[in-house]
Amino acid sequence: MATAGERLKVRSADGAAIIDLPSEVDATTETVLRDAYVEAAAATRTIAFNFGGVEYINSTGIAVIVGILARARAAGHVVRAFGLSDHYREIFEITRLSDFMAIFPSESSALGPR
Amino acid sequence: MLSFARSLRWVRGRHAEPTAPSVRAADRSAARPSRRTPETPHVDIAPNDPLVMYLLSAPGPVALDGLRLDSPALRDLRAAGVKLVVPLVSQGELIGTFNLGPHLSDQEYSVDDRRLLDKLAAQAAPALRVAQLVREQEAEVRARERLEQELRLAHLIQQQFLPRKVPDLPGWQVAAFYRPARQVGGDFYDFIELADGQIGLVVGDVTGHGVPAALVMATTRSAIRSEAPRLVAPGAVLARVNELLHGDMPSNMFVTCLFALLDPVRGRLRFANAGHDLPYVRRAAGVVELRATGMPLGIMADSRYAEAETILAPGEGLLLHSDGLAEAHAPDHAMFGFPRLRDEMGRHQGGQPLIDGLLEALDRFTGPGWAQEDDITLVTLTRSARSEPREIASFVVPSRAGNERVVMDRVAEAITAAGIDMPGLARIKTAVSEAAMNAIEHGNRFSEDVPVGVQVLATDDEVLVRITDSGGDRAMPEPSQPDLEAKLAGKEKPRGWGLFLIKNMVDDMNVRTDGPQRVIELVARRKGGRDGDSGRAS
Repeated sequence: MATAGERLKVRSADGAAIIDLPSEVDATTETVLRDAYVEAAAATRTIAFNFGGVEYINSTGIAVIVGILARARAAGHVVRAFGLSDHYREIFEITRLSDFMAIFPSESSALGPR
Repeated sequence: MLSFARSLRWVRGRHAEPTAPSVRAADRSAARPSRRTPETPHVDIAPNDPLVMYLLSAPGPVALDGLRLDSPALRDLRAAGVKLVVPLVSQGELIGTFNLGPHLSDQEYSVDDRRLLDKLAAQAAPALRVAQLVREQEAEVRARERLEQELRLAHLIQQQFLPRKVPDLPGWQVAAFYRPARQVGGDFYDFIELADGQIGLVVGDVTGHGVPAALVMATTRSAIRSEAPRLVAPGAVLARVNELLHGDMPSNMFVTCLFALLDPVRGRLRFANAGHDLPYVRRAAGVVELRATGMPLGIMADSRYAEAETILAPGEGLLLHSDGLAEAHAPDHAMFGFPRLRDEMGRHQGGQPLIDGLLEALDRFTGPGWAQEDDITLVTLTRSARSEPREIASFVVPSRAGNERVVMDRVAEAITAAGIDMPGLARIKTAVSEAAMNAIEHGNRFSEDVPVGVQVLATDDEVLVRITDSGGDRAMPEPSQPDLEAKLAGKEKPRGWGLFLIKNMVDDMNVRTDGPQRVIELVARRKGGRDGDSGRAS
């Protein structure tokens, strides 16, 4: 489990970068998330977030994701998500994050062509 | 005697020869429809024709030659070739005549002829009278049967378009009563299921009775049923239905109608009224009327309908009704009246007991053997009183960043430990976490020595979580949908999702201040609440 201070591993697959998110996504994990995103964005144009290990997201975590999406948008990068629980998938729909970050059920579907 | 065979024709004989000049005489009343045979010229004698009086006072057969009377009937009889008229009198009434043409022998009718005719008339008159009475009675029976059949048809239409059952609304007692008058008026009521769990309530009354009223009722009901899901807003629904009915409806008819939209979860009632009897709401402080103005449907093109809104709190009840009850009369002509209806409404519990109570009051008022004057329609919805909430957990946490998770986990544990099956637990957890974070950060500004209070309560159908901070002097902004586009474009800060999330995760969110303290109360329904199927959360 990644916590503040650690670095998140960025994997690459099929020309995309995959970031495995920590169990909590909130203000305390903002720095590691942003660092991982910067690293991934330097290598590729398509970045996929793996929410499979995420147990908790709060409003500050949503703000972190919004911040990353804003950067990606400015840079013309594509951000995808997979492995979301039904609860957080609902929250992404209510907040409309899903309009700007396509949600896939699995890693393989997230890496496929759109 | 032979002469009779040719020249004497019974007044109502269907087979009189066309050549025979003497035919039909007066019925008892010329106004009554008579059975004509087109090939037989006949003579009607109007009841006020002087000939009637003349014949009544005549001692026997009357020769028309030389008779001087200003009588249309006399002219007609002469024109038909009648020479001799024999009055048929029963109980002082002229019920017919024998009309005779010229004697076959070309002579005048002899004294013997006249005597014979007079005797014949004396015997024929009572027989004719009996025949007339039988025929009248038969006609009456037929008319009554037609009327009965029309009533049956009107009943059938009416029954066809009334709801088979009342809707099953959790937390509400719903009951309806409809009893047509013998003459079947045009009362109707309806429940329409709409989007978001809202329910449309309709009660109406068509002017007039019988089949025409029943048909207009059916049309109105169908129009409301088809427009309500699309337009939803009660004022718009009535305006549209008025548009549809106006022009299509007979000019002497109109429909009074109340349309209300109930949000059963919140108890919110929006309504508009097209001239219908005002609904009543029973509150703790007494019974009040719900007022909204508007013309009855079908009277005027482009009618506009004001909308009003009220909240039915737990324990409060609504009564929709038609005038059949309030305008019922006692034998002494006193009217039941709206004030009495209002009093009775305040006296009874909601649901079926209210309807039973109102009908008993009506029975007492009218007494036995009352013939119901108009349709009676009663629809009542009462919101169940909230069961007393029981506390299942109460604790405080210091206002330290991260403690929102402690609050979240302890609230979830308390709910589970209380044995409450909560399909939307993941939602409550998210809402509690956000509310606690808001209290720590904005209410108590991270002052660790200022605690955040948490209380978890449960009723039979709700879980309540109250989170208290010391921000009593600070207003909480209204939750609104954040502008994601502006945030993504860097025009707004990425934060600001907390209140919006809370509002979307629970069924209700109430904020109140109590001196220095501020309490945010989260309400989650245990069933029938927000989707209810959210047990899929992580």
